Amino acid sequence: MSESNQDAALEEQIAQWRAFIRRRQAIHAVDVAELEDHLREQVAGLMANGLAGDEAFLVAVKRMGNMDSLSREFAREHSDRLWKQLVATPAGTSASPWRFETDAWVAVGLAVAAAASIKLPTLFGLRIEAQETFYLRNLSLFVLPFLAGYFAWKRRLAPRTIGWLGAAFVVAGVLANLPPFAPTGKHPDPLQALHLPIALWLAVGVAYAGQRWSEVSGRMDFIRFTGELFIYYVLIALGGGVLTAFMALTFQSIGIKVEHFFQSWLLPCGATGAVLIASWLVEAKQSVIENMAPVLTRLFTPLFAAMLVAFLGTVFWSGRAVTMDRDLLIGFDLLLVVVLGLLLYSVSARDSSAPPGVFDGLQVVLLVSALLADAVALWVIGTRIGEYGFTPNRVAALGENLILLVNLGWSTVLYLRFLTGRGSFARLEKWQTDYLPVYALWAAIVVIVFPLVFR
Amino acid sequence: MDISKDLIAASSTPIVLAILAEGDSYGYAILTRVREVSGGRMEWTDGMLYPVLHRLERLGYIAARWETAETGRRRKYYHLTTEGRAQLAEESRQWKVVDATLRGILTELQRALPDLRTVSLPQIPERA
Repeated sequence: MSESNQDAALEEQIAQWRAFIRRRQAIHAVDVAELEDHLREQVAGLMANGLAGDEAFLVAVKRMGNMDSLSREFAREHSDRLWKQLVATPAGTSASPWRFETDAWVAVGLAVAAAASIKLPTLFGLRIEAQETFYLRNLSLFVLPFLAGYFAWKRRLAPRTIGWLGAAFVVAGVLANLPPFAPTGKHPDPLQALHLPIALWLAVGVAYAGQRWSEVSGRMDFIRFTGELFIYYVLIALGGGVLTAFMALTFQSIGIKVEHFFQSWLLPCGATGAVLIASWLVEAKQSVIENMAPVLTRLFTPLFAAMLVAFLGTVFWSGRAVTMDRDLLIGFDLLLVVVLGLLLYSVSARDSSAPPGVFDGLQVVLLVSALLADAVALWVIGTRIGEYGFTPNRVAALGENLILLVNLGWSTVLYLRFLTGRGSFARLEKWQTDYLPVYALWAAIVVIVFPLVFR
Repeated sequence: MDISKDLIAASSTPIVLAILAEGDSYGYAILTRVREVSGGRMEWTDGMLYPVLHRLERLGYIAARWETAETGRRRKYYHLTTEGRAQLAEESRQWKVVDATLRGILTELQRALPDLRTVSLPQIPERA
């Protein structure tokens, strides 16, 4: 073997060793560099004593000691490293610090822009306190274009895609503000205010997944992102609440009331900007910190399953009639959404090649009991739909119930097939990710078609 | 000779501090020095030195800096701080007490039981 060949082989071995060490969470890159310097010194020393390159490498690695116990020692010395720290540095990510910083600045810039955009209509005399209708209708348009823009920049989307996304937002803006779509009455149309964000969320998804939207994994990533974003947003909102409470408290002590500032500035600007900041955090930490949504799913799937089984048992054995109420259908829609969320986030975190386990059984219990509970509600509503008639609200709620029912019903079938070994888990993943556009489509129908039909 | 883990853990701090008191050094050279002074009788597991160095750094006894070595590689050098010097003095006082106590007991034991062959005092060179 020639000398340069031997050097190359040694370098290759050292590179492998480095990658092996790098996987230990408690040993950071600088420590790996220090250990590598040691290893190279040792190898050089041994080779000077007449050992061949690969022999010297083996001896040097052996002398370095058992990596598990070394990693344990490092963990004991740097116990903070077992708690993954996010904010200070992008440790553990492959992105360069420069990229990390640019990313942060773009996100902050867009957050400020979104916050400014919600105050922009004030210049034209549309004050938040007086024109609630306008703001509720357009709420998603103050936030989501910036979020889509952030991902368009981050994923370097093709100009064509960006054009389509822009067109979608413009159309949404027109629909939200022109008659006959926008009601002229004083009260906001909750249907539209609720469904426009759902429809536009798909546009954000297209921007988020970029070229990977057509792949199951790309859409699955978007589902994960949505769950994490929700959790981060709630946490930021809680923090914001504490901040506001202290602001009110301190300023009250000097006789200044901050209510007006809070309502017309802090709340709208903070709530819009926080979406961008939360999205950036989710992006920045996705590989650094374990996802929270699947953890919560694990916790709540058994509890929800137990609650539903208890409900069904009580209904069947006591024979209590389900009381028909205006909001019953919406309540059961929300229940199905929660069950779908529990299903989605356990699917998103599950290793699709793992064999069925106890948790999968629980998941099926949850699905079946949710379907049965919903069937009870639908039956009650179906017997009395004639008395109530078809209002837009009821049709929308019924449509959503049907959409969720179809999804969960087929998911149950796929899950059972998986449990009995007649289907793969990947089928379920594909079904869930393929179904995403259906929600947006129905939301778009509610926004566009309903105002034309129910006039 | 296999020195027990506990003894190695207890002695590593004064040994590392003493070696750094001789001059600034880095991991590999510190280990080489330990081997040299102990005549090869003290074998540390190489990797285990680094958590010890990091602990001493955190305690403020030593400080580190990255430099480019003559080989062209980046290398982390450690040097003793004032605090470290005080700590070394303190630890060597403690070790002397331990050493004197053990020596005293073993000497008496040898005098009482002259036939006891298993206990033989090694000649430890006294250093000022």
